[in-house]
Amino acid sequence: MSPLNEKLQQVFDEPGCEKNRGKSEKERKKGCTKQLTPGAAAGGCAFDGAKIALQPITDVAHLVHGPIACEGNSWDNRGAKSSGSMLYRTGFTTDIRETDVVYGGEKRLFRSIKEVIDKYNPAAVFVYQTCVTALIGDDIEAVCKAASAKFKKPVVPINSPGFVGSKNLGNKLAGEALLDYVIGTEEPDYITPYDINIIGEYNLSGELWQVKPLLDRLGIRILACISGDAKYHEVARSHRARAAMMVCSKALINIARKMKERYGIPFFEGSFYGISDTSDALRQISRLLVSRGAPIHLLDLTERLISQEEMRAWMRLEQYKPRLSGKRVLLITGGVKSWSLVSALQEIGMTVVGTSVKKSTAEDKERIKEIMGDDAHMIDELTPREMYKILKEAQADIMLSGGRTQFVALKAKMPWLDINQERHHAYAGYEGMVELVHEIDKALHNPIWAQVRKPAPWEETNEDSRLGARDDGGDPALLLH
Amino acid sequence: MARVVTSKKACSVNPLKMSQPIGAALAFLGLNRCMPVLHGSQGCTSFGLVLFVRHFREAIPLQTTAMNEVTTILGGLENIEQALLNINNRAKPEVIGLASTGLTETKGDDVEGYLKLIRARRLELADVPIVYVSTPDFKDAFQDGWAKAVTAVIEAFVERPPSRVSDSVNVLVGSHLTPADIEEIREIIESFCLRPTILPDLSGSLDGHVPDEFSPTTIGGTRFEEIRAMGAAAVTFAIGSQMWSAALALEMKTGVPCVLFDRLTGLEANDKFFDYLASLSCRPVAAKYRRQRSQLVDAMLDAHFFFGGKKIAIGAEPDLLWSLSAWLAEMGCEISAAVTTTQSPVLENVPADEVVIGDLEDLEARAVGSDLLITHSHGHQAAQRLNIPLLRAGIPSFDRLGAAHRLHVGYRGTRDLTFETGNIFIANGHENDPNTWVRVETAGEHDAQAAAG
Repeated sequence: MSPLNEKLQQVFDEPGCEKNRGKSEKERKKGCTKQLTPGAAAGGCAFDGAKIALQPITDVAHLVHGPIACEGNSWDNRGAKSSGSMLYRTGFTTDIRETDVVYGGEKRLFRSIKEVIDKYNPAAVFVYQTCVTALIGDDIEAVCKAASAKFKKPVVPINSPGFVGSKNLGNKLAGEALLDYVIGTEEPDYITPYDINIIGEYNLSGELWQVKPLLDRLGIRILACISGDAKYHEVARSHRARAAMMVCSKALINIARKMKERYGIPFFEGSFYGISDTSDALRQISRLLVSRGAPIHLLDLTERLISQEEMRAWMRLEQYKPRLSGKRVLLITGGVKSWSLVSALQEIGMTVVGTSVKKSTAEDKERIKEIMGDDAHMIDELTPREMYKILKEAQADIMLSGGRTQFVALKAKMPWLDINQERHHAYAGYEGMVELVHEIDKALHNPIWAQVRKPAPWEETNEDSRLGARDDGGDPALLLH
Repeated sequence: MARVVTSKKACSVNPLKMSQPIGAALAFLGLNRCMPVLHGSQGCTSFGLVLFVRHFREAIPLQTTAMNEVTTILGGLENIEQALLNINNRAKPEVIGLASTGLTETKGDDVEGYLKLIRARRLELADVPIVYVSTPDFKDAFQDGWAKAVTAVIEAFVERPPSRVSDSVNVLVGSHLTPADIEEIREIIESFCLRPTILPDLSGSLDGHVPDEFSPTTIGGTRFEEIRAMGAAAVTFAIGSQMWSAALALEMKTGVPCVLFDRLTGLEANDKFFDYLASLSCRPVAAKYRRQRSQLVDAMLDAHFFFGGKKIAIGAEPDLLWSLSAWLAEMGCEISAAVTTTQSPVLENVPADEVVIGDLEDLEARAVGSDLLITHSHGHQAAQRLNIPLLRAGIPSFDRLGAAHRLHVGYRGTRDLTFETGNIFIANGHENDPNTWVRVETAGEHDAQAAAG
């Protein structure tokens, strides 16, 4: 069995994941994702997933070993922010040519690593494998090992070629690379009883910075965020944290679980989306730290901070309630964060008429049921045509989704808000919730909707009548099915 | 005459180049009711899709054969078959455009052979127009993929007609033209009472309009029966030298003679185009365009003060590089750096000392001291570091609105581009201050003076 296949089997066998435990051994070997349907598939590949998970490490040179497509078509297209180095936003690729495909690309890769180190002196080089270079058998592990020895610099192979599976699998393979090559390789200058890791937070639009001030006020130090606004050395030293929080559902569960096994770092799964989830996350962080020896007054401090912040957030949200109460949301997130957003939106009185659970685990689905009740409208897969129909017929007032379905909503002349990784607004913590609600309010109540929905004066359509459809009294969510 | 050199680096830094398959996909997006498909892993499609969505701010129909490790090694016959069946069932496109990727080319899938097998055993696909183009990612660049796709469309669909239609002309447009450019070219040609068939016609599909119904395929573009009838035209215009081989393929197949206009930005370039159209149609240039020409001349007179002597660094695909650099040189600018993505016969005509086939790192290094950087949106980091203004040109333009509606061709387009660029020069002009003329003696000067004394 090749090392990559061995790794895949390891990743497919995840004791920390209940959905995975529920499977037979044979089922488990097939992996977490459904077989893709040719001609009807959407979504990124494993390489994309690995890049999403690791690129937020800011002082690392992220070098993509493959043809121009993998980096040239996609570089610097994610919204992870940095407080320091901007190196992570530089696109590096071996841009292999036909001759490399014939003779092998290892030499070009080695020379590329040298050039990158000579010119940019990064904290480390991460080398990403891609389909073509995997297919021709380029051994990136061997090249990275040789380069690491020669240049006295960490050179880390990220073996997650696109064709092994989905984005989610790529997240996990990226996690494996960190566990194998980075985490635990250095020691921190000092440690405190208040050191935590945050795992699976990418600092999109600076969301980490909405949370960090809260932790600062409690005296809690983020030893490492994996991987938002992280520095290589922070990740390398993260094994000395006292506790960890895993955000973004299960994407990097393997890191959290293996760090617990190897270094005894307890973790919990939480979310910074929504007021109650943020409070809950802060509570759990404090509890874990106290259970590991932090002074007990941290709990009181946390409660005081929570009550202050919650009160402030609710006061700021109060003005939106009359404007948003009863408005119906269609939530298409790819699944991972849906439950936390659902609870957040319900907090301000909005109705979630449907939420996608395509990539959610059984546990995620349970949580959604818990929050939305038994009439939870979980949508496994919604084609753009169905999405359009729901919006065009005004069964929802606004759609929250990722960029690729943005224009399905806009062409139906319905409000839309980006909640995916390319978004420009930060929605984490108490601040973020206020920001999200503010953005929803801005989108819903923009005066353009009245004008753009009006037919041209020379056209006779009954387009306006669809807007009356929302008053017919029926449960709008039922129309989804 | 520019010297064309290829960057010797092993590692490309801050790519200027995008891959061939998505160039082909964009060309297919200019066909009406089309579904482009990339034969590769789902990521190949996903990256291209996100890129186009961000550039055009439109829904982009683009599918994948969703190859994985096993199917790649066993061959993609079944994945292509399934993809075609699924697309045909769900989206009911008028035409399907299939492009290979680095992955399936490395394995060596015989896609043409597969398509024959599939058509033979799947009767429901027998009449569906399917065009295939081979576009490995590890060769050539975006504009090559576009041109190859157009050639493939011509070879697959154009028929040899019984007779010629004297007022119909074919226009093969390069990937450097925006939907607005294409619309302008159409209007110019129509003003001579000629009937243009434009291939590929992004002005129908990606010009940013709101259709009444949802469509899983493209919502406009060159119609299939228009493509079939292209063999009946009087002449084919290739706009941009990348389209020359497609125009020749059309001539070989149908005998329609072709003529190349390698750029339509600039006064002289447009004079040639209008002159040709006037003599072809035996009609005078319409009053509207005479007026626009006069406005362009006036714009050049007003603007030349700000253009003269300016140093411009450009990173763009060959046809766009040629078009912009030739126009800027005509306005009195100096092309201080020229970086491009792929080989092309136009490169040696670029009015610069050298043209580098390279990346934005090469451009940034050569752009130091320039007055203006022109490249796609990824140039914003370099422009910031160099502290010089950036004029966005080419795909992707993800940090500005209205990429589809930027007009660079015709008298009117050149006029507006002149103003847009001139305004950047004005906005970044230096104000004089008391120290402007204070001379700081350098060691060299001092020595020279001492020696003279």
